Amino acid sequence: MGRTHEVCGASAFAFAFALLAQRGGQAVWVREAWDRQQINPTGFADISDPSRVTVCNTRDQIETLAVAEEALRSGVVALVVMQLGKALNLTEGRRLQLAARDGASTGLAIIPEGMGSNAAETRWRCTPVFDPDTGVADSTLQHWELIKNKSGTLRVWYVRWDRTTRRITVVPPPRK
Amino acid sequence: MFDGIGRRVVSLWFPRLASERVLRQRPVDGPFVLTVKQKNADRIYCLNKAAEQQGLHQGMPYADARAFCPELQSRVAEPERDNGFLHLLRRWATRYCPWVGFEGADGLVMDVTGSTHLFGGEAPMLADIRMRLRRAGLSVQIGCADTRGAAWALAHYGEGTAPSGDMLSALNALPVAGLRIDDDISVALQRLGLRTIGDLVGVARAPLTRRFGPGLLLRLDQALGAQFEEISPHADPVHFAVRMTLPEPIGLLSDVMLGADRLLVQLCAKLKSHEVGARKLCLTLRRVDHDHQQVELRLARPLRDPKRILPLFERGVAEIDAGFGIDQLRLEATQVDPLPVQQISHVAEGRAGALDDLITRIGTRIGLENIQRFLPADSHIPERSFLVASAAYSEPVAGWNSPNPRPLLLFPPEPIAASGARPPARFRWRRMSLTTGRATGPERIAPEWWLEDENWRSGLRDYWRVETCEGRRLWLFYTPQNPGWFVQGEFA
Repeated sequence: MGRTHEVCGASAFAFAFALLAQRGGQAVWVREAWDRQQINPTGFADISDPSRVTVCNTRDQIETLAVAEEALRSGVVALVVMQLGKALNLTEGRRLQLAARDGASTGLAIIPEGMGSNAAETRWRCTPVFDPDTGVADSTLQHWELIKNKSGTLRVWYVRWDRTTRRITVVPPPRK
Repeated sequence: MFDGIGRRVVSLWFPRLASERVLRQRPVDGPFVLTVKQKNADRIYCLNKAAEQQGLHQGMPYADARAFCPELQSRVAEPERDNGFLHLLRRWATRYCPWVGFEGADGLVMDVTGSTHLFGGEAPMLADIRMRLRRAGLSVQIGCADTRGAAWALAHYGEGTAPSGDMLSALNALPVAGLRIDDDISVALQRLGLRTIGDLVGVARAPLTRRFGPGLLLRLDQALGAQFEEISPHADPVHFAVRMTLPEPIGLLSDVMLGADRLLVQLCAKLKSHEVGARKLCLTLRRVDHDHQQVELRLARPLRDPKRILPLFERGVAEIDAGFGIDQLRLEATQVDPLPVQQISHVAEGRAGALDDLITRIGTRIGLENIQRFLPADSHIPERSFLVASAAYSEPVAGWNSPNPRPLLLFPPEPIAASGARPPARFRWRRMSLTTGRATGPERIAPEWWLEDENWRSGLRDYWRVETCEGRRLWLFYTPQNPGWFVQGEFA
């Protein structure tokens, strides 16, 4: 709330949608227009409502950051997700933090592995985990690792998305 | 309206409107025609005087015309632009009288009752019309009479002015086709020996009605003034623009915004009276050195609330170079959409409006068409199970459901090396070596044969959800008709 966070790893998108479901309200999703990988509304409809997502296609990362800052500062949207390809420098990261604080909204940057910025409040690494126990095919077991936290300790959780209650449940680590 | 006494009507006919419109922009010497494609053949649509003297006529096949006249120059006709040009002429003609309507696709009709004295009488006014149109490169035939029908007949068949109160003497010698009747009726009348309007007046009315229907005598009565005929003037399109000229140039951002605020209040009042909202606004700032600077604003929703629009202008106005100062502001709504007046309710709608304003502000930076929203679509094809629509021109829609789990991410199919109808035990994807832990499927999706789609040329697809031991959960498909394995998506 009021800060910008970072997430990396293969399950970063799932983390973003889970956060959107938890925050509620409107969301702005900023992506670069050349990226052929796109989010699928029929896929994340189970997690959060696609009608609350507005997608902005930008030309490059500079525009992505400008749009994200504008959206964060307006305070209209609860969550701003930006897909970044390059590492942020301290100025850019700090500006996002200030914008998020002014608008009291949450920013989330989906970054490539190892390209975090120092200004981020927290950084998460989310990876999917194979779940040999459950017989059900649509397992959503993930490993969420808090790898940076400015105001707390680092921790690791194993979580699963519960479709019926539409929320994250923390589960014990899978058996080896 | 006027009770008919002393009414004067002027009919203008532009016999070569289409070709002269083109020739005004690009004059040519010698014969020139415009062609139009009718029934698979190019035919002459409109021609100039030189072409007429060569023996060409309207409706003639273009190939024949080329044979008659090898040096013929031609272009393709554009009837919509001709129509636009006629609208322009109509607007020009309101300088003579306020009551101007259209007469077919190539004529105007003006009710000049009571306005002729402004030009020194009827004859000087007609001379003035003729002179100005000739200077513009247009040939015109003008008829002036007491009734619309008589003026039309005079314009088309024997130019001239009918004396007031006596239509018959002017129309006596004109052919019956001057009564605005169908060709077959006029041919039939000529076979009966009734060649001129004067002949027709002398004939008993009852048999004529029995044979040709009431239309013929109605036209005759309208031309002679026994039956009233109205002229419906074409209304000017509403123009949503306001401007302000300043005695002293201004340059400060706050001053310009203050000026824009005053203009917006005026403009929004006008928008409100017409129950429309602005979609696109253009603020033109004229500088002292006669340079123009424009700020364009595209709104995500039709709006007419000055308080909401003004802050959206801030970013554009801040980028303006004021030079030595700005001495005129002009604000125009270049695109408007209907926006009916709505009941104000106590339920707050501020959030939705705020999101629209945010979309507008982002749109000024990246373009409004780049801001999109998902809408559900009815299709089994994964790429077509949703629509991507511009957020400014669509409303959010609920009602998302998919019977089978779908991946969070979709990308264009990426081939992997594998064979057989069952998912491979090990495969490489994006330089990662993966082992299948559990595979669920197949879910067969057939292409939609009624839509042509390049990507679905390979036929049926058997989709499998593959959970790898490394963790990644992928969406693979196999194409049995064209054996091959592809990865198309990734689950949570």
